[in-house]
Amino acid sequence: MKFIDEFRDQALVKDLARRLGALAEGPATIMEVCGTHTMAAARFALKTILPPSVELISGPGCPVCVTAQSDLDAFLALGTEPQVVLVSFGDMLRVPGTHTSLEGLRAQGAAVRVVYSPLDAVELARQTPDKHLGFFGVGFETTMPATALAIQTAAAYGLDNFSVWCVHKTMPAALKALLAGGEARVSGLLCPGHVTTIIGTAAYDFIPAEFGLPCAVTGFEPVDMLLGIESILRQIKEGKACVDNVYTRAVSVPANPRARELLAAVFAPDDASWRGLGVIPGSGVKIRDSYARFDARARFPQVWERLTPPPPSPCRCGEILRGVMRPVECPLFAKGCTPAQPLGPCMVSTEGACAAAYRYER
Amino acid sequence: MKRILLSHGAGGREMTALIDEVFLARYGDPNRVGDDSATVLLGSHRLAFTTDSFVVDPLFFPGGDIGRLAVAGTVNDLLTAAARPLVLSASFIMEEGLEISVLQAIAESMRVTAAEAGVAIVTGDTKVVPKGAADKVFITTAGVGLVLLPGVSGAAARPRDEIILTGSVGDHGTAVLLAREKLLDGEAIMSDAAPLTGLVMNLLEEGCEIHAMRDPTRGGIAAALNEIARQSQVAMEIIEARVPVAPAVAAACEALGLDVFQVANEGKMLIIVAPKDAAKALFIIRRSPYGEAARVIGRVLDAPPGRVTVKTVIGTARLLDPPSGDLLPRIC
Ligand code: SF4
Repeated sequence: MKFIDEFRDQALVKDLARRLGALAEGPATIMEVCGTHTMAAARFALKTILPPSVELISGPGCPVCVTAQSDLDAFLALGTEPQVVLVSFGDMLRVPGTHTSLEGLRAQGAAVRVVYSPLDAVELARQTPDKHLGFFGVGFETTMPATALAIQTAAAYGLDNFSVWCVHKTMPAALKALLAGGEARVSGLLCPGHVTTIIGTAAYDFIPAEFGLPCAVTGFEPVDMLLGIESILRQIKEGKACVDNVYTRAVSVPANPRARELLAAVFAPDDASWRGLGVIPGSGVKIRDSYARFDARARFPQVWERLTPPPPSPCRCGEILRGVMRPVECPLFAKGCTPAQPLGPCMVSTEGACAAAYRYER
Repeated sequence: MKRILLSHGAGGREMTALIDEVFLARYGDPNRVGDDSATVLLGSHRLAFTTDSFVVDPLFFPGGDIGRLAVAGTVNDLLTAAARPLVLSASFIMEEGLEISVLQAIAESMRVTAAEAGVAIVTGDTKVVPKGAADKVFITTAGVGLVLLPGVSGAAARPRDEIILTGSVGDHGTAVLLAREKLLDGEAIMSDAAPLTGLVMNLLEEGCEIHAMRDPTRGGIAAALNEIARQSQVAMEIIEARVPVAPAVAAACEALGLDVFQVANEGKMLIIVAPKDAAKALFIIRRSPYGEAARVIGRVLDAPPGRVTVKTVIGTARLLDPPSGDLLPRIC
């Protein structure tokens, strides 16, 4: 705990806030790429100590939030297949699909289990050979290795009753699409340290190289985040743009080779559909043919065929994820949409921008 | 709201809405204040009356079991009304196939906890349902107590009152969750489940001017403080750095993405006390074994009514919102 406390030290924070004030010149809009940054910024009310000209906005970094409505609807539909038990991380449970949510499905009698690790789903599959355990593979580079490991474990056990509905996504491709769209006016990006421990900081090199935008890779403690913001403001002031790694505790700059090998063995790059961003080429993964029997999409093709495209929703999560709207600007925020009655994933997920704003910033 | 969801049982907004719409709309007392115990006048005595059900999974966890919870939970609810707990009832719904030895162990734990709490378990009931119609055993306890200091209520907090917390938060919820999910093996996190009779009785006997008490169970101190702020139409400010959190609990909550202020406790009390008696109350509380780590964690302000804020460890201020859609079912 001492380790964490040092990164929350009040005097240090005050000093950093002063330094930011001295560095900030014109207006700067800094995007937190990762949902954990969004939540940490809100929980520590970081925005209240930033210079008035510096604004933090959230990006597409909440994995639950960026899951496309059609993917969620498909997973929910999988739950109506005979013998299928849906397995998911808890964060997804209350996200409204077009007709229901996992929580609603469970209340109607469907089998829905919450796990903290995909390996738990494999264990459930071993314990209940008469059921098929379908795991919702959601998340970025940080959660992908666990899913890959679960698939390899299931293969090692020779299981035939476990599969993954894979909607895993990779961050760099989405960022590239977002920045190339030019819609969000961003002056710099705060990149998550923990993703970088898997993919390495080089994955972000295109941001300064192609878009001329400064990046800082950093952790989730207030001091980490302020150091990251300081680096971005300094780069702006000096007219430079690079990927600055201020998160030196865990990031070994080249990626973690073991995790990469694991990912490469199980997954192949694929297009992915993002809420608010549409289909982005190469921004996702699919399960390799050699593991096809663990691919729920391949095993239950009828689920897709039954689906109709989701009707338009009043929820503005798409714009929030693109960084063109703030939660309080959504007309439904805290009115028609609250954590108790969420209309979109951004109000449900513990990393969602609307949930963060509702819980800590009203 | 068409069907009951697990989040209706989590102690947050959904549960409040359900109780309002289904029960209070039909048989609620219009003068009800919404405390954990009701009080009824009987001749010249005021009695506190409360009931609670326990469905915790697993039945045994580090630091406690369903039996200890069932006794301590109801005793602590009586204490929030500044009442001396007198008698309890205990009813058991058991699943066919439950081992008698398990039931014996639970009953033994209830005996020990009741003795510690100074209450007698004087009546009860048993029902057995077919396998699968319940999970092992569910317990409902009800309790009656004698109110020693009238007027102590969540609706009685006043501006400038001090807010005392009797110890660290988050222990029970994390202990049960880790035990159930078999996570983080080897972490020494123990539930705090305990009856607080001694601690509260000392305060009452020494004449501290207590205005409100609440045991921060489901929904944690976030839910409890918001309830009191709403009932009393006051604001509150909590100093994050003063809220004790065990290092292992803090680490587990970080790892699991839980807000420790929203995690259940089963052996803690939030005590709202008049400013003149705050130091004295703290001194008395610290004498009791369950209050050694007690702290003044914040104070009551007049406005805006119902708003609870936290001064964070880095010196900024943010909202302390009651939990919503919590996903920790069967924690108590
Ligand atoms: S406030 Fe609700 S409706 Fe609006 S964008 Fe956020 S989640 Fe969607």
